[in-house]
Amino acid sequence: MGKWTRRAFITTGVLAGGVLVIGVAIRPGNRSSRVAGLVAGENETLINIWLKLGADNRVTAIIPHAEMGQGVHTTLAMMLADELDADWSQVSMLEAPAHPEYANYAMARAYTLGDRQFPAWLLPTVDGFFLQATKMMSLQITGGSTSTWTTGQHAMRIAGAAAKAVLLQAAADSWGVAADELRAKDSHIHHDASGRRAPFAEFASHAAELKAPVTPRLKNPDQFTIMGTDVRKFDIPAKVDGSAVFGMDAKVRGMKYASVRAAPVFGTRVDSVDSESIQGMPGIRKVVNLGDAVAVIADSYWQASRALQQLPVQFTRSADDNRDQADIFRQFASDLDAATANGKEQTDLRKGDARAVLANAGRIVDAEYRVPYLAHATMEPMNCTAWVHDGLCELWLGTQNPLGFAAEVAKAIDFDSDKVLVHNQYLGGGFGRRAFSDYAIQAARLALESPYPVKLIWSREEDMRHDHYRQASISRFRAALDAEGKPTAWENQFTEKHDPVEAPYIPYGIDNQYIHFTESNTHVPWGFWRSVDHSLHAFFTESFIDELAVAAGKDPYLYRRDLLAEAGRFRDVLDLAAAKSDWERPLPENWGRGIAIHKSFGTIVAQVVEVEVLDGKAQARRVICAVDAGFAVHPDGIRAQMESGIAYGLTAALYGDISIRQGAVVQGNFNDYQMLRMNEAPAIQTYIINSGESLGGAGEPGTPAIAPALANAIFDATGYRIRELPVKLHDLRSKSNLETKDVA
Amino acid sequence: MITLTINGKSQEFDVDPATPILWVLREQAGLTGTKYGCGIAMCGACTVHLNGMPIRSCVTPVQAAAGQEITTIEGIGNAATGLHPVQQAWIAEQVPQCGYCQSGQIMAAVALLHTNPAPTDADIDTAMSGNICRCGTYPRIRKGIKVAAAAMAAQRGGANNG
Ligand code: FES
Ligand code: FES
Repeated sequence: MGKWTRRAFITTGVLAGGVLVIGVAIRPGNRSSRVAGLVAGENETLINIWLKLGADNRVTAIIPHAEMGQGVHTTLAMMLADELDADWSQVSMLEAPAHPEYANYAMARAYTLGDRQFPAWLLPTVDGFFLQATKMMSLQITGGSTSTWTTGQHAMRIAGAAAKAVLLQAAADSWGVAADELRAKDSHIHHDASGRRAPFAEFASHAAELKAPVTPRLKNPDQFTIMGTDVRKFDIPAKVDGSAVFGMDAKVRGMKYASVRAAPVFGTRVDSVDSESIQGMPGIRKVVNLGDAVAVIADSYWQASRALQQLPVQFTRSADDNRDQADIFRQFASDLDAATANGKEQTDLRKGDARAVLANAGRIVDAEYRVPYLAHATMEPMNCTAWVHDGLCELWLGTQNPLGFAAEVAKAIDFDSDKVLVHNQYLGGGFGRRAFSDYAIQAARLALESPYPVKLIWSREEDMRHDHYRQASISRFRAALDAEGKPTAWENQFTEKHDPVEAPYIPYGIDNQYIHFTESNTHVPWGFWRSVDHSLHAFFTESFIDELAVAAGKDPYLYRRDLLAEAGRFRDVLDLAAAKSDWERPLPENWGRGIAIHKSFGTIVAQVVEVEVLDGKAQARRVICAVDAGFAVHPDGIRAQMESGIAYGLTAALYGDISIRQGAVVQGNFNDYQMLRMNEAPAIQTYIINSGESLGGAGEPGTPAIAPALANAIFDATGYRIRELPVKLHDLRSKSNLETKDVA
Repeated sequence: MITLTINGKSQEFDVDPATPILWVLREQAGLTGTKYGCGIAMCGACTVHLNGMPIRSCVTPVQAAAGQEITTIEGIGNAATGLHPVQQAWIAEQVPQCGYCQSGQIMAAVALLHTNPAPTDADIDTAMSGNICRCGTYPRIRKGIKVAAAAMAAQRGGANNG
């Protein structure tokens, strides 16, 4: 069902699961007029939707992803520039505007198809120049660590290679030589036979009239000149002199400031608000009752937030008002029991017959683990500046999903979605939080009632207490061990399953596995949190395998290694981490060493933690990290993301605890939601394997393994087994808590 | 009216004297490099210098700075006026990720090197542990401080010798 428009070839199709996709092939020179207006400046030819070549020979990569510190702008531009054989010093980056033309097709594909192959029928429509689809799906999301492997592999590289092909052809035409006598290097076309050389830009307008190859040839890794090198990230200079503009920093003429307080118990509403009581306070413009929240708008943020603190607000009551964290865990436990008793277990993975093996096992080991809710606590609290004027709603903010936000805000304020313009700014941290549009909707609703632009800033407390939380969960295990201590059956039951589906799966060769779950809903809103379900399941599975090693009387590294005999890629990563950590080397007194390995978003990470436990307090001193992301496009970027993922996961493992009391979140700021700080930050050494497997992510895979590696190290140091996070709940001075239950 | 000297420039502000310096800088002076992170002196994102000493501008009322020298990240250096060695080291070591905490980190690091030109790891821990980085750039901050310290020592050495 392909259809020509004036500028593009559009085709639609259906993917597995009945998902509709639209491919839009923007032909060379056939710029979409709407996109062209947004990105092409004077004297520039928009060669394709992903690449702009200026008359000054500067190449601009147009990237449909938000920069949250993961370096995606740089990494993706590297992929395009390398295939184009561009001069890296003349390459810059422009974030694609929030526009349906840029709907993140690659992301949609990853979410709908997982790791599976792209349907062959759609590939020819790519026509050299990659196109996006999924306008209707409003996807322009940065998340799931997919930027590099989806947009990069399937769009940026193809765009760069195709652009190079048409530039070579255009040069061949103009010089009257065969294209295969030419080569591209440093943003110039070279004809070695004649010694002729000219900048790309000279051929831009002719190239734009040529038809790009259907399948441009991509380089082999040994031909890479930019990929695999440590270029400097584009965004760094602006981030050292205060000039980088975050959502918080948006300046819109005449704007006023708003502070907001939502009903503390999720699901309750504003019952009454005594707006009169603060009317005399300086600078106050108005009080707005948003239904589930109250906002004060004032001339300055300080005035707004002070007035809000004094504003008497009554909230409605709810059945959740009496719920505490202990009630929630009790509910989880009884729902798990009930699911088993009633045969209502939801199967996640079944292999062999774990139950039968367990029933006849000589030796069974079991354990139950818990993790708490977690908040994202991005360094920049949620904020959004909104201005409703001339039938438009303009938003300035940081978002991981600009198009989705436009659609959701439009719906909330009853606008057409093309009347909502998102100006995406730098994100002061995303980690999944900035994929939820609640703060943008609030700002838009305040602006809708105001004759001036409104900058809404959530206080840190508001940010902490109205997040979308990583789920709390209970996970139970039983394993059967044979006479050598090798597991012959693995059963795992847990509460609440989200994404990705494989998060609880183990790489180990265990013939009989039964993994199942039970939904146990609470009133606490859920959200993507760095590495999503991997963040909890790696802790569960990699702690339990460690317990099995202990029960078997084996070294935890070698025990894993034996079970990875059929999983060579995992084994290589595990071996590297162990070797670089000098696994056998004796440690000082009160120190311990733990290992864990986990694959997420296509990337395998193994980490060894060395911990010192002093006065009952655990401190991670050193982390050795081995990572295989297929190929490290930007090695220093991967190292930075491993460091970041480790700090994020370590913070959660040591301290992270969002708890519910009387229906509401207790923690409010960094005094009670503690953060890892400089004096607690371990030294980190990262080692990269380029296995050549398909590209994996980097932003999230550093996080999952660190919690179990830490817990395993604490066990090694103290004999105390951490079965519930965070570590700070435990008194590590107490005697070993380990009772390996031999049930059989 | 309160008179403040910000990055060497004297300016008058018509604000409630209890307003934290942070909001006056950001909203009245238009200097948004200084960030809001917690509002309770727990994160360091709002760090500026008051007469050369690092302070938490989110909890310091503007009246406390009347007639005194405030320095913000914008006053430390930029590409046009020349980068401070700490900023140069931050680029060399590729320190920032999201970047939101980095103005505060740099202000704390500049103040540290001002009073202690050759800080040990323990000195760095003491001076920098008030500044949270949610992106976990701590190892690079530590390295950046050492690189900057070495560069500044070399500069001083060069000046003495020359
Ligand atoms: S905003 Fe001032 S210390 Fe956090
Ligand atoms: S760089 Fe993101 S909080 Fe420090």
